[in-house]
Amino acid sequence: MDELITRDVQQGVMTLTFNRPERLNSFNDAMHLQLAEQLTQAERDAEIRCLVLTGAGRAFCAGQDLNDRNVDPDAGPPDLGLSVERFYNPLVRRLARLEKPVIAAVNGVAAGAGATLALGCDIVIAARSASFVMGFSKLGLVPDSGGTWFLPRLAGRARAMGLAMLGDKLSAEQAESWGMIWEVVDDAALSDRVQTISRHLATQPTLGLGLIKRALLAAEQQGLDAQLDLERDYQRLAGRSADYREGVAAFLARRPPQFTGR
Amino acid sequence: MTQLISERQGRVLTLTLNRPQARNALDNAQLERLATALEQASGDESIGAVVITGAGRGFAAGADLKEMASRDMVATLQDPRPGLWARIDGFPKPLLTAVNGYALGAGFELALLSDMVVAGENARFGLPEITLGIMPGAGGIQRLLRAVGKGLASRMVLSGEPIDAREAWRVGLVARLCPPDLTLEYAQQLAQRIAERAPLALQAAKQALRQGQEVGLSQGLSIERQLFTLLAATDDRQEGIRAFLEKRTPKFTGR
Repeated sequence: MDELITRDVQQGVMTLTFNRPERLNSFNDAMHLQLAEQLTQAERDAEIRCLVLTGAGRAFCAGQDLNDRNVDPDAGPPDLGLSVERFYNPLVRRLARLEKPVIAAVNGVAAGAGATLALGCDIVIAARSASFVMGFSKLGLVPDSGGTWFLPRLAGRARAMGLAMLGDKLSAEQAESWGMIWEVVDDAALSDRVQTISRHLATQPTLGLGLIKRALLAAEQQGLDAQLDLERDYQRLAGRSADYREGVAAFLARRPPQFTGR
Repeated sequence: MTQLISERQGRVLTLTLNRPQARNALDNAQLERLATALEQASGDESIGAVVITGAGRGFAAGADLKEMASRDMVATLQDPRPGLWARIDGFPKPLLTAVNGYALGAGFELALLSDMVVAGENARFGLPEITLGIMPGAGGIQRLLRAVGKGLASRMVLSGEPIDAREAWRVGLVARLCPPDLTLEYAQQLAQRIAERAPLALQAAKQALRQGQEVGLSQGLSIERQLFTLLAATDDRQEGIRAFLEKRTPKFTGR
């Protein structure tokens, strides 16, 4: 079986690489299944404390492989909702619910679901030559994989509407200046930068980071009152973690903390 | 191993369904234990409220299928189960359920029978009986219909598919939604606050809430008024109002 997703685990960081470079790492069903399998390990393995998604070759991910979508004019209309329901939505949900940081290392073009998927990660670091292409509208489609949800939150409504309707290429630098991603680095520096950040995150209080992630996600769905209650609950939980004790002890003893993620 | 763990904290009794290997399935023996524990709690003046929760990954799955499969129609007609459920339903004090994970079939029916459900965000509620060629038989349909209305009740009963905690909270099935690690603690805190109230007032208010679901509005109003009038004869009513006026905490005696 082809390795459509390659995996590398080092120092608490799991790096998953979309590996169909000849097809710009576009998704087919087999690649989805392999990715899902790897995510199960990322979810279960407490030793993995940070996840990195990146692409092999010159692209990050070109979204759905349109070769699998050749529309037969004589057949009935295709059900595109099926692959969204089976593959893309569960993937986005799992990344959002994963209680550890997810970094998108956008090494090149990210198009369609590849773009919306990358933008939905917790921290997005892009190579200077990378770009985001919301090409859905040019095919008569709607941004999926959370696109219509993430875009207005990242870019604001006006820019989200322009991006989604015009479907033009957005350079990594523009995305950075609009505050849509964490940072842009020179192409040659990308892997070093991603390694530094991901390995740092893998030594941090993972339980607390997971709660931060859940809290920010919940904040998108509720008002201040409910969010204040949630902050109380999560602080209560975080305060019972071993890492909080360690953090305070290390601070008082003026030594670097040794977090275990629990 | 104790299959129903009983713990006291202040005026709150916590009963933990502890058959995780059977997904806390509510077989007749377990219902019998629950009914007995609640009857004891009912006569114990030092207990103000009860919390039921489940050990392990979920609250409680349905009835014991092996037990059910062996019963033909005659045996089902003579089944002691409805009597057991009625004994549990007869518990006159506030009854809370703290639900993490699944509450399915009889487990969900137990949650529906309780006065309040405190649920973790990971909770799932459902009546999957239809997928087994049977239907809910312990009040699930009736109580769900009254709690959430026809649309959602029909969807759940006829499809057998569960709903998640957030949907259950939105439609009013769940009194409080919280992170799973805090579910039991928050249910117990709530029960503790409730248990500090005047016992007779709690009992009367619970009765009004219960009976109100069974009768029309005007009859419900008159039941409510009768119960309200009844409380006028209690010491605790005087104590409650006096403590409020004197800006102090009331000392209720249950008289």
